[in-house]
Amino acid sequence: MKDWRFTLAEQRGTLTALAIFIAMFTLYVANHPAGFTANVVQTVANKGVLLALVAMAQTLVVLTSGIDLSVGMIFILSNCVASYLVAGSAMATTFGVVAVIAIGALCGAINAVIVIFGRLQPIVTTIATGAVYFGIALWIRPFPGASDNFNSDFADALTGKLFDVVPTSVVALIGVVVVIWLPFQRSVLGRTAYAVGSSELAAYMSGMPIRRAKFVAYVLGGVLAAMGGLFLTFFTYSGEASVANGNTYTLYSIAAVVLGGVSLFGGRGSAVGAIFGALAFRAIGDLLFVFDVDPLWQPLFQGVVLLLAVSIGSARLFQVRNRLELFT
Amino acid sequence: MKTQIIEADPRRRAPDWRQQLDIPVLTAFGCIILLLILGSFYSSNFLSPEYLLQQLKVGAFLGVIATGMMLVILLGQIDLSVPWTVTLGAMMASAAAAHGPVGDALAIPVGIVCGLLIGLVNGIGVAYLRIPSMIVTLAVNAVAQGLMVAYTGGFAPGDSASAAMRYLAAGTILGIPNAAIVWLVTGALAVFLLRRTTFGRAVYGIGNKEAAAYLSGVPTQRVVMVAFALCGALAAFGGVLLAGYAGKAAQSMGDAYLLPSIAAVVLGGTSILGGRGSYIGTIAGVILITLLQSILSVMQIAEFGRQIIYGVIIIMMLLLYGREKIAR
Repeated sequence: MKDWRFTLAEQRGTLTALAIFIAMFTLYVANHPAGFTANVVQTVANKGVLLALVAMAQTLVVLTSGIDLSVGMIFILSNCVASYLVAGSAMATTFGVVAVIAIGALCGAINAVIVIFGRLQPIVTTIATGAVYFGIALWIRPFPGASDNFNSDFADALTGKLFDVVPTSVVALIGVVVVIWLPFQRSVLGRTAYAVGSSELAAYMSGMPIRRAKFVAYVLGGVLAAMGGLFLTFFTYSGEASVANGNTYTLYSIAAVVLGGVSLFGGRGSAVGAIFGALAFRAIGDLLFVFDVDPLWQPLFQGVVLLLAVSIGSARLFQVRNRLELFT
Repeated sequence: MKTQIIEADPRRRAPDWRQQLDIPVLTAFGCIILLLILGSFYSSNFLSPEYLLQQLKVGAFLGVIATGMMLVILLGQIDLSVPWTVTLGAMMASAAAAHGPVGDALAIPVGIVCGLLIGLVNGIGVAYLRIPSMIVTLAVNAVAQGLMVAYTGGFAPGDSASAAMRYLAAGTILGIPNAAIVWLVTGALAVFLLRRTTFGRAVYGIGNKEAAAYLSGVPTQRVVMVAFALCGALAAFGGVLLAGYAGKAAQSMGDAYLLPSIAAVVLGGTSILGGRGSYIGTIAGVILITLLQSILSVMQIAEFGRQIIYGVIIIMMLLLYGREKIAR
């Protein structure tokens, strides 16, 4: 088989997500009263980037065949912290951004230490740590609001348009992919994360740095979720400790990951796929808006689309020759 | 843990109850007593029969919901659709109660059957379409939410609970809360189901290794589907009781029950990977969580503190006995 066919097979999930996104987005833009303008793209991008960052965070953990149910809460916590720290002069703002990302990394590291050294299941661990992170968020931000000298110029710069055409948030997202995801995927640790997801035992037998890979995956997940929280602060100019928001983002991140062709059993998929999954999921929600559907039906529509999307994967059942394969 | 798997020989009686009290269950009960002692330093009311009965009553709702969750977790799966199944059960029962005397009489069955149907969809998705349970239940949760939002128009529905629902949830017999009796009956049925029927054996078997159960002639797909349906029915029943307790159904009334129900089952020593666990442990987990929540709120610890303590205690307890063995 030629090389490109392997590459194609490897990227099938990502490409499917891209196709779904393009289809949904075309449908959206074609029916939008304003049409394909920079402003429409900017709005879509800003909403999509939030979920895309959280979905990337989820991907890193899911690749190691774990799951992080605390991403939404890290997202909320960093939103609340950022509403205090992204303020004042350029120096102070820079410090604030770095501090928020560091807090995200710390949250991820706590998850990692409990999962790796405490040997607890990721799902229970992150449920519990998620409660803790949310508690801290509520502690520092009992009521929605922001610092008095919130640096809204900086926030505007990151949510606006470059040269009046390209949404800055998309550029930032691409930057994140280039700076964090690509180096990780190509590093030994990244390959190990994939290997752990496929078979932890085989990865161990091959002498790969399992613990370090898992640790880095969780920490980078925390960092990405914190970046999502930063962006949320840039859009809303405020921080809010909302359980509903946190849970929604956690759930949507899983949905985006699945739509993006990342296997929940680990070892397969890419964060780029998850980004397209997130954008596609957002576009599905927005479709109702342009088709002028009663907003009351929006949750149902989104749910049904999600259910159908996840059922598509079961088409592989038609290929099963031996029923025993079902159970492995 | 082998005691639960052998017993293939029908002449063998169930093992002595003393053999079944394993370390997790003992630790959980120990923690309950510790909590009560700590609480009694704060106020002697914590040891009064009225307070304890009140806790049993409040815990009964969680207990009924956790029973279903335990069935699913024993299979090695998880049900994230509990929040809106609870709400759906409550709303459908209240809606039926508004339809004259016939509806009033049928309110409770209607609620339960609606939950059963939701669970059936979950079960079909997991057992026959082989979609990971975390995904399909998530999607079904979104669909259930969509159905209820569309049905109620996003507001709290005006229908109130039927007299029978109120009696079951809030009434007392000889000073014992009916809700606690309902939990007792549910629990007894669950124990019978798990320990004395082929279905229960099959649940443990599938949780250990589905392929092995299948090769042993267990109709694994049907068992998984039925377990999910039961979980949905029990969650809806919990919702019916909650509606009876509060007098009416409310939007997102079930949100507070997803994580506690998982935590209760896991704290009770049931492995999140499935195949291991006893109902007595789940009882301990439910009481532990109910007491913890109650004591934290009686001590007037702010919401943020409660979240933090809650998360930390779950992690601590799991570190005591929930750790996986080193696989190598």
